[in-house]
Amino acid sequence: MAPPDTRQAVHPPSARLAALVVVLLAGSVGLQVVRDRTRPPEAVRDAVLYVPSGAVLQRLALSYDAVLADVYWIRALLHFGGTRLAEGRPKKYEVLYPLLSIATTLDPHFNIAYRFGAFFLSEPPPGGPGRPDQAIALLERGLAARPGKWQYMQDIGFVHYWWRRDYAEAARWFKRAADQPGAPWWLRSLAANTLAEGGDRRASRALWTALAETSDNDWLRREAARRLTQLDTLDVIDQVQAIVQRHIARGGDAPYTWEALVRAGLLRGVPTDAIGTPLELGPYTGRVALPGTSPLWPLPSEPPPSQAAPLSGAQGQ
Amino acid sequence: MRVVWRVAVSVFRESVRDKVLYNLVFFAILLIAASALIGQLSAGQELKIIKDLGLAAMSIFGLFIAVFIGIGLVFKEVERRSIYSLLAKPITRTQFILGKYAGLVLTLAVNLGIMVAAFYAVLAWLDATTPAVLKRAWEAPALDPAMLTAVALVFVQLMVITAVALLFSTFSSPLLSAALTFGVFLAGHFSADLRDLEQAVQSPVITGVTRALYYLLPNLAAFDVKARVVHGDPVLWTDVGLAVGYGVLYIGALLTAAVWIFSRRDFK
Repeated sequence: MAPPDTRQAVHPPSARLAALVVVLLAGSVGLQVVRDRTRPPEAVRDAVLYVPSGAVLQRLALSYDAVLADVYWIRALLHFGGTRLAEGRPKKYEVLYPLLSIATTLDPHFNIAYRFGAFFLSEPPPGGPGRPDQAIALLERGLAARPGKWQYMQDIGFVHYWWRRDYAEAARWFKRAADQPGAPWWLRSLAANTLAEGGDRRASRALWTALAETSDNDWLRREAARRLTQLDTLDVIDQVQAIVQRHIARGGDAPYTWEALVRAGLLRGVPTDAIGTPLELGPYTGRVALPGTSPLWPLPSEPPPSQAAPLSGAQGQ
Repeated sequence: MRVVWRVAVSVFRESVRDKVLYNLVFFAILLIAASALIGQLSAGQELKIIKDLGLAAMSIFGLFIAVFIGIGLVFKEVERRSIYSLLAKPITRTQFILGKYAGLVLTLAVNLGIMVAAFYAVLAWLDATTPAVLKRAWEAPALDPAMLTAVALVFVQLMVITAVALLFSTFSSPLLSAALTFGVFLAGHFSADLRDLEQAVQSPVITGVTRALYYLLPNLAAFDVKARVVHGDPVLWTDVGLAVGYGVLYIGALLTAAVWIFSRRDFK
């Protein structure tokens, strides 16, 4: 008589064990789902910098500082994007500059962290922290690492032009960028135009067109294209505003509505911005504006014509 | 030389049996997953991040192999008492140590070679799927051969760490050897700070000690050109030659010390 097979008693079949693993895992996932449903998600925690010093992190990273720089770059992107898209809480972007600063300390040649970072930092609230000073500081750190990098000088000029409205300083930086070896020819004419027509919408259009046509980065090109669309929308608003003024001058009474303007034969339909979002009309002010729901909102503010006049003092710098 | 080679091959076979090369699967998954995910997160920096990640992963996986196998190379033979039968054969203690070292270096070389092939395959895929207009923003081409310089220096660095681990393995337990080897690895990245410390202290004794430590500890920063090649910055051949020469001499010193310690051990 053959001895009884005891293997099964000692070692349970592996298929049964695998099934047990699957069942237990499925049970744990189910409980997690129930828990998530019954407990509301916690409020988003404030952004935290676990190690605030880039220099300390550089030491801790040993020879893996470039990878850590990538991690901080992705954290900066997530912080900027997450804060920008967040609803129902103040948009503070409080660790954006420290994150970018750490990323560029860990990898001083991290080109895009300087260039995008400057864009992010300059963007006015609520789309960004509105800190052109930090944007310039970041780009100047980039220049300290790569002194001949004309793109950083161009970007500094850009921040002065667009966000600080310091056209003399902008022209000085464009000229400095133009003087670098390998810089494109149009930077020189940009410097001259900025000096002559600073703040003018035409000059702004030239600036963004140059960036859209010459940038080798997809994100920068798309951003420049968006800015150009905003300028197109400003043109549309100016035209429609002129029509509304004409209506008011002819004795049109408040409340002003698009329907009234269409009935009067001044408009064919409800006017839209450059991407098709209907514009708003102030019923008692007659002011034409872009609604906050438009992807192009907020539009850039423009200085009054007196501020856009030519500035002296930057020539020959 | 043939004896050394035989010992080396047996170490390599044992590593394969111990499933050390499984780390290659993790490496491949890491790179492929990263290349799929990072495109969504990095705002056009996929190439830089994949290069950074690939070179760092090669270095880290290699480090763990060098340390965790290196520390057991001699100790395991003693603990299993197989050292007695080995030394009874026509093999000198020097051949034994050199063979063990060569075996682990061979394991690392095969491992690194396969990782480089996987790395370039992922980069080739990225190169093929990226539009030409976006490639203009790249600081260096995807399949830049200059990255092999960084890989070669990572390999020399791993050879140094392997020699350190083997040295500790000749007289210490695996746990202590691992701690000491990681300690040397950490300190090897701070050697520039040791040198700079001279300027901050007045005491000639401390200055002498820090200077001695600076020259005694391996300067592992000398082997790190990863960031430079990723940014497309030139790496001078003189720098590479100096680093390799330094590594070879340092490894020679460590192996000599290991042979010396091992030859004095009494296995009776």
